[in-house]
Amino acid sequence: MKNTRNTYYICLIILFITFIASVGIGSVPISPMITVRLLTNQILGIGVIDDIPATMADILMKIRLPHAILMLLTGAALSGSGAAYQGLFRNPLADPFLIGVASGAGLGAVVAMSINWPTNLIGMYTIPLSAFVGAIITIFLVYQFSRVGKRLPMASLILAGVAISSFTNAITSLLMLQSKEEVHRALSWLFGGGAVSGWQPVLAMFPYLLIGAVCLVISGHSLNVLQFGEEQAQQLGLSVDKAKLLVIFAASLSTAAAVAFAGIIGFIGLIVPHLIRLLWGTDYRHLIPLSILGGGSTLLIADLLARTLFAPQILPVGIVTALTGAPFFLWILRRVKAEGT
Amino acid sequence: MTKKMIEITSLDASYANRQILYNISLDINAGEILALVGPNGAGKTTLIRTLTGVLPYTRGRIKIDGTDFGTLNHNKRSRYIAVVPQARDLPPFFTVYQTVLIGRTPYLNWLGQPGEKDHQIVKNALKLTQIDDLAGRLVGDLSGGEQQRVLLARALAQDASIWLMDEPTTNLDFHHQSHFIDVVKRLIEEKQLAVLMVVHDLNLVGCYANRVAIMHQGRVFTCGKPKEVLTEDNLSYVFNVPVQIITHPETGAPIVLPDGHNGLEKNILQERNYVN
Repeated sequence: MKNTRNTYYICLIILFITFIASVGIGSVPISPMITVRLLTNQILGIGVIDDIPATMADILMKIRLPHAILMLLTGAALSGSGAAYQGLFRNPLADPFLIGVASGAGLGAVVAMSINWPTNLIGMYTIPLSAFVGAIITIFLVYQFSRVGKRLPMASLILAGVAISSFTNAITSLLMLQSKEEVHRALSWLFGGGAVSGWQPVLAMFPYLLIGAVCLVISGHSLNVLQFGEEQAQQLGLSVDKAKLLVIFAASLSTAAAVAFAGIIGFIGLIVPHLIRLLWGTDYRHLIPLSILGGGSTLLIADLLARTLFAPQILPVGIVTALTGAPFFLWILRRVKAEGT
Repeated sequence: MTKKMIEITSLDASYANRQILYNISLDINAGEILALVGPNGAGKTTLIRTLTGVLPYTRGRIKIDGTDFGTLNHNKRSRYIAVVPQARDLPPFFTVYQTVLIGRTPYLNWLGQPGEKDHQIVKNALKLTQIDDLAGRLVGDLSGGEQQRVLLARALAQDASIWLMDEPTTNLDFHHQSHFIDVVKRLIEEKQLAVLMVVHDLNLVGCYANRVAIMHQGRVFTCGKPKEVLTEDNLSYVFNVPVQIITHPETGAPIVLPDGHNGLEKNILQERNYVN
């Protein structure tokens, strides 16, 4: 176990650097100095910004900043819930995308959007709720199908996840084809792993993510105890059912809120917790908050690559995470097989 | 007068409509090891699981230190009863210290944040089980004997007065087996623990247990001091194989041997209608 406090500092510093870079880099470059000055001026009201062109301030405040925050929150949510699912299922390959929860949430979100495309913030708040229902139904189905007696074999969890996400993705595509032209375009972008822009989605997802994150962080100790198996956990005095329900609720809510506005982005929830386990160690009380911080920076970096690699063309960020995440998945699979667990 | 930590009266228990335990009555006193022996499938592990509340019982009564078992929730039970499982059930990626700290679970608040007192108890448990030098190591990197001592330390940290041990020495070699039992014996004396231990090695029972209960087909076949209970008749019948008992030249403990004269013994058993 390495020094915990320093690990938090390092994660926070990386998050700060990636955030400033993400806000600054784009078709109109904004230097880090100007970015920091603009941000402190606009948010805290400190300093004079007369020498900075107004268009630059506009780009920063209306486009770059909400987009960066959306990516940060999404990465944090997916990675935190990935760590929680891995602990809950005692399966290092569990990830909101791979076990089908993200697709289920996506279907829920698309159902809500195709019934009524949200035009205001109140309408936007309903989308994560519908996505949450989709996520909960999916996780229940995946659990039921992959369970063998009281055990949850690693392969069957992923297989059930793949099957159910193919199924829900098919329904999602059908619904999108039936929808109106402009809704259709928005949805295909979103579910290719793109994001909705502007401040409204950020505001709409934030309360859900806050609730989810708080519940995930307080579940850290329960997840530690659950690593000994449900029977030992109960003998150690844990209310196993309550603890599991809280984790499922929190992880699914976070995933749902992220997917509703940032689309289906795979592998973040796999890569980040795994790296933190390798570099720092396994203790869910810190693994979850560290994954939340690390997930934010990782998705910011992926998003930066998606926006700059083929500029001016912007790739859906899901493509970048899949390009790096899928090989990573195979690497973990080999490692796990070698350990024989 | 010895203190009864567990009183089991007329206990029945079932798994999914199949009754496993019939009319079990046993007491376990503070400061003693009650060994539970019997063939596979006799219900030993089921009895342990019933006593931890993992498996509900269908009839009878369990009293823990005078309190009715049914009135205790998980948290309260785990302050009375600690389970020492087999070491192969441990997650390999936690450190020794983390694993022992998990034993404090019944006493932690909803955030699971341990306090200074908890850390002190954990350090003490590591010292008593002589693994304080391993605190920072990963459990998966330890030997079987060391892992088993980690589980002892975890039970110590749990600060429970009753220990249930399910074949704790199965994966240990001869040296670690004796060492492990010595540590347990010392802890029992220091802490006046009541220990119920499922054991397969009948000679360990003879040397270390204060009393033995032999289980057979879901019932307590007999219960008493090792010398009285570990007899050729009892064991031959329950395990359905001829055995011979000799006496330890120094301690007088019964030593169980497989019988060398199969034919002769079988004749005797046939006369007594124990085998066909």
